[in-house]
Amino acid sequence: HEQKCVKCKEGPPVVVIRAGDAFCRDCFKAFYVHKFRAMLGKNRLIFPGEKVLLAWSGGPSSSSMVWQVLEGLSQDSAKRLRFVPGVIYVDEGAACGQSAEDRAETLAQVKLVLQTVGFPWHLVALEEVFGLPPSVLCCSVPEPTGAEGAYKAAVDSFLRQQHVPQGEGAQDGSSPAQEQGQLCQPPMQKPLGLPSLAGSPAAAQTEALSRLFHSVKTLTAKEELLQTLRTHLILHVARAHGYSKVMTGESCTRLAVKLMTNLALGRGAFLAWDTGFSDERHGDVVLVRPMRDHTLKEVAFYNRLFAVPSVFTPAIDTKAPEKASIHRLMEAFLLRLQTQFPSTVSTVYRTSEKLAKAPRDGRAAGPRCLLCMCALDVDDADSATAFGAQTSPHFSPMQPPAEARPPPAPCCVPGVGRAQGCCRGACGRENPHVCVIEQLCYGCRVNMKDLPSLDPLPPYILAEAQLRSQRAHVLQEVQEYLIVDSDGEATES
Amino acid sequence: MPAPPCTSCHTARAALRRPRSGHALCGACFCATFEAEVLHTVLAGRLLPPGAVVAVGASGGKDSTVLAHVLRELAPRLDISLQLVAVDEGIGGYRDAALAAVQRQAARWELPLTVVAYADLFGGWTMDAVARSTAGLGRSRSCCTFCGVLRRRALEEGARLVGATHIVTGHNADDMAETVLMNFLRGDTGRLARGGGLGSPGEGGALPRCRPLQFASQKEVVLYAHFRRLDYFSEECVYAPEAFRGHARDLLKRLEAARPSAVLDLVHSAERLALAPAALPPRPGACSRCGALASRALCQACALLDGLNRGRPRLAIGKGRRGLDEEGPPGDRARPPASEAIPAF
Repeated sequence: HEQKCVKCKEGPPVVVIRAGDAFCRDCFKAFYVHKFRAMLGKNRLIFPGEKVLLAWSGGPSSSSMVWQVLEGLSQDSAKRLRFVPGVIYVDEGAACGQSAEDRAETLAQVKLVLQTVGFPWHLVALEEVFGLPPSVLCCSVPEPTGAEGAYKAAVDSFLRQQHVPQGEGAQDGSSPAQEQGQLCQPPMQKPLGLPSLAGSPAAAQTEALSRLFHSVKTLTAKEELLQTLRTHLILHVARAHGYSKVMTGESCTRLAVKLMTNLALGRGAFLAWDTGFSDERHGDVVLVRPMRDHTLKEVAFYNRLFAVPSVFTPAIDTKAPEKASIHRLMEAFLLRLQTQFPSTVSTVYRTSEKLAKAPRDGRAAGPRCLLCMCALDVDDADSATAFGAQTSPHFSPMQPPAEARPPPAPCCVPGVGRAQGCCRGACGRENPHVCVIEQLCYGCRVNMKDLPSLDPLPPYILAEAQLRSQRAHVLQEVQEYLIVDSDGEATES
Repeated sequence: MPAPPCTSCHTARAALRRPRSGHALCGACFCATFEAEVLHTVLAGRLLPPGAVVAVGASGGKDSTVLAHVLRELAPRLDISLQLVAVDEGIGGYRDAALAAVQRQAARWELPLTVVAYADLFGGWTMDAVARSTAGLGRSRSCCTFCGVLRRRALEEGARLVGATHIVTGHNADDMAETVLMNFLRGDTGRLARGGGLGSPGEGGALPRCRPLQFASQKEVVLYAHFRRLDYFSEECVYAPEAFRGHARDLLKRLEAARPSAVLDLVHSAERLALAPAALPPRPGACSRCGALASRALCQACALLDGLNRGRPRLAIGKGRRGLDEEGPPGDRARPPASEAIPAF
């Protein structure tokens, strides 16, 4: 007998979701859309009228995400999504070694899709990180979202305002209909202070980015650096334009790979932020992952069945052999294991849901990593991996042994009566690398080992490192005069 | 090309480069450094207090051989006494040869040796018998699951026999890294919640255990054994190819090739995992049969043996654990997922 969709029992099945579950086109669409809505709905993080920046890479998952938002916003009012979207596309061609012609071609395709989607869009090139200010690395304290009932109250009040005549309704967060009118909005002017031609970044920046990535010795470190810089750039654009949320399109499959990869990179302390639904480490801008329940297979099917536009761009590891990077290795391993144990990916994903964001010993207000902005997970007193593993960052057999042996000690040793012998204030003079390294979490430190010199890094990173160490030095000098609040809050911001 | 001078003593010629840092060291300095690091691990973690009677799980393999040797060197400084405890799982052709190595070591180091056998402790169930019993069930045999649980029980028994206060095992950093990878791949949140620390403090009457070699990478353990000319047994267990750990080990080897610090990075990650409270295992009680630590009515060892004795070896394997607590035919199917009784490293 002819097979039917297992759900509605009527339509012809077109896709198999799990073993034995064949869905027809309409049921599959309903299933797929429902997953997306449910993920947003049950987490209740996106408030009505909020500005949400969609991070679109051109790839299938983020393209699907953008499409879901597009369809979700245009539905009739009861089920309509209620936030205000924008799209950002980061051109990473310079880091991936693409030629200017290829990049231009890709951008042309990208613009076509952006115009079809119709949200306000922001087209930035990765090399613009060379114009970022150091403040991008500071986490601002978010406005308190309030008690549990705040979400429901916000939704209720939004709905009430929808029924008010136009004159008053225009005051609250603009409704999607208004946003559509900005279809023809030109690409955002680069708020980064450097003069640039219409849309294209300064050649000097492109050169600098290319030089930076060439100097990184391993593909693993390149991948991580790329992600870090991309995040900073998106964060900056989000802040500059008032977006309080950023949506990224990682699928379930990608997140399972990411979890295992980050485990191997030494980021075990931060897995909940790296792979969870929401990532609030930056404070005012929260990263959200609405596609995390969708498998890559479902995404691929959906995009094909419903003609979701996407743009292929070669990534930094396209065509790289399997053992070239930790990321590649882990992905290949998981997918291979999956063939033998079909629940591998979903098991890893489910485990990721059981991870907690609580810091282990309750010290939430510690210093943050300069690059990834997570609370530092390295103690000097750490008996385990600090001892013996933290060798001098740029040790090579040629260097005199004396400076290579001990683990890198902080330049400014805390101690009130200490003579001013060591580098005062400007840590940068004596040993700039050590000052940067000690402001990084374990994972970022290991990555930086693959950079022979920190000079090619964008200036904002080095500047912020300098600022922080100066601040720490000053703090240490006046430590004895500071009054610590009774509930344990340090008085330094 | 002549070897560079040792970066530590600057006098002898270097004989090796440390895998983790690339430092060139002579044999003596490397061994001294290795021992110093183990000492640091023990002291910083307060693992073995003065006066402790330490039962060393000795299998004859490189890890436990190195462990015993290093602890013997450090014993005066730590003020501990050592007892070798070897477990005979009854694996023909493998364990007998390994035990011979342990006997030689005990003689050479003049350390007391006690051998405990599965056959005696567990009513005649040797690993070979378990393997036969679980063979041909369609799925993999899961011998290693049995062996791991029973061995820990056996080690505990042996340690009590000799009046030990602490148990040490030779798990190295590679083992820890493989374990955390395995636990994630299999979604074992119970073990993830328990593991990653420096050992078990010994809940519910169980002896405290630790792994002094936890931060030494496998390559360095082998190098140490080489430079100290230690005699050990180096073959793989007959059943090892079937273990899931093989996948994790394979992955670890590849990761190490891509990034040499991968092993330590994984250990670092494992130490800092934070699981949501809901995922944590419940406070364990006592086994109704033998009184050992257990999160359910029966501890895992008793449960596994129960299954074997009833001719249903898979009874306690996996998440179902159906019919476990009943004497008769299996009953209801509504069992919560199993969480193992004995913290497995």
